[in-house]
Amino acid sequence: MDEQLDQFHQEAGEVGIPDPREAHAPHKEHPSAKEYVRIGIVLAALTAIEVWLSYSGLEGAVLIALLLGAAFLKFVLVVLWFMHLKFDDPRYSRFFVLGIAGAATLYLVVLMTFGVFLDP
Amino acid sequence: MATDYATLSPDEHTTTGLPNTKLAMWLFLASECLLFGALITTYVLYRGASVTGPYPADVFDIPFTSVSSFVLLASSLTMVLSLVAAEKRDYARMRIWLLTTAFLGLTFVGGQVYEFTVFYREGLAISTNLFGTTFYVLTGFHGVHVTVGILMLLSLVGMSWGGRMPDDSAFPVEMVGLYWHFVDIVWIVIFAVVYLIPTPNPA
Repeated sequence: MDEQLDQFHQEAGEVGIPDPREAHAPHKEHPSAKEYVRIGIVLAALTAIEVWLSYSGLEGAVLIALLLGAAFLKFVLVVLWFMHLKFDDPRYSRFFVLGIAGAATLYLVVLMTFGVFLDP
Repeated sequence: MATDYATLSPDEHTTTGLPNTKLAMWLFLASECLLFGALITTYVLYRGASVTGPYPADVFDIPFTSVSSFVLLASSLTMVLSLVAAEKRDYARMRIWLLTTAFLGLTFVGGQVYEFTVFYREGLAISTNLFGTTFYVLTGFHGVHVTVGILMLLSLVGMSWGGRMPDDSAFPVEMVGLYWHFVDIVWIVIFAVVYLIPTPNPA
């Protein structure tokens, strides 16, 4: 059985198909527990900043930009480190970014069509 | 005789060199972006459009929801710590972190049920106004996703205890982790857009 499988992978390799037995191996080493804890602390700090901003008395576009900026940073940190997109095969990132970009484009067009970003 | 590729199990080969399960999970998460994108867009679209109260400023308890957000973020950390333990084949520690993650998730869902109950008593039902409809549908869908995640975590713990985890125990933990972190990033957006960005009450 192993010989058959080896032969299969050799033939597949000859036509440019990667060896799937290497598929479960991470693209790079995943971070250590210490690094995860550091990211967790940064995420907690960003959340605290968000809450502080909401009570800071800032208003309008500045407040919205700062809150969305902090949320974006948290989002990116979780996706890159906790979900390992920084360390795994870049094709996973492409699939996910395609979904996010598609959704963002579609819904921004919907919101613009309804005039959400226009002054009342 | 050439090998017939089509007769091999999908688990045994892949034309991409990536695990099919992981690829499918990422595609599923990409499709979930569309689902939650639609719900968040609907909330934003009808933001401040309710003609009767209660309005967001009347019911939101930001300190309470902030604590819930910290709890969900902490659960993402415990989830990756369970993956670290699984990668080291320290399955006892992996189960402890998985149970901690499930407990934190349960705390978050419990907080959401409490919040919904308080809002309902203050007069905000799903059909009261546009705010109620869009808010309950968006956060309710998210809560259901967290609940499904908790069931997945408990299933992993049960399988590990019963000795029914595959040899590479880190892989299923990583897959459930991807789903759990996705639920967390959706909440990051909801927390900022729904709770923290102030909604003006109609004059």
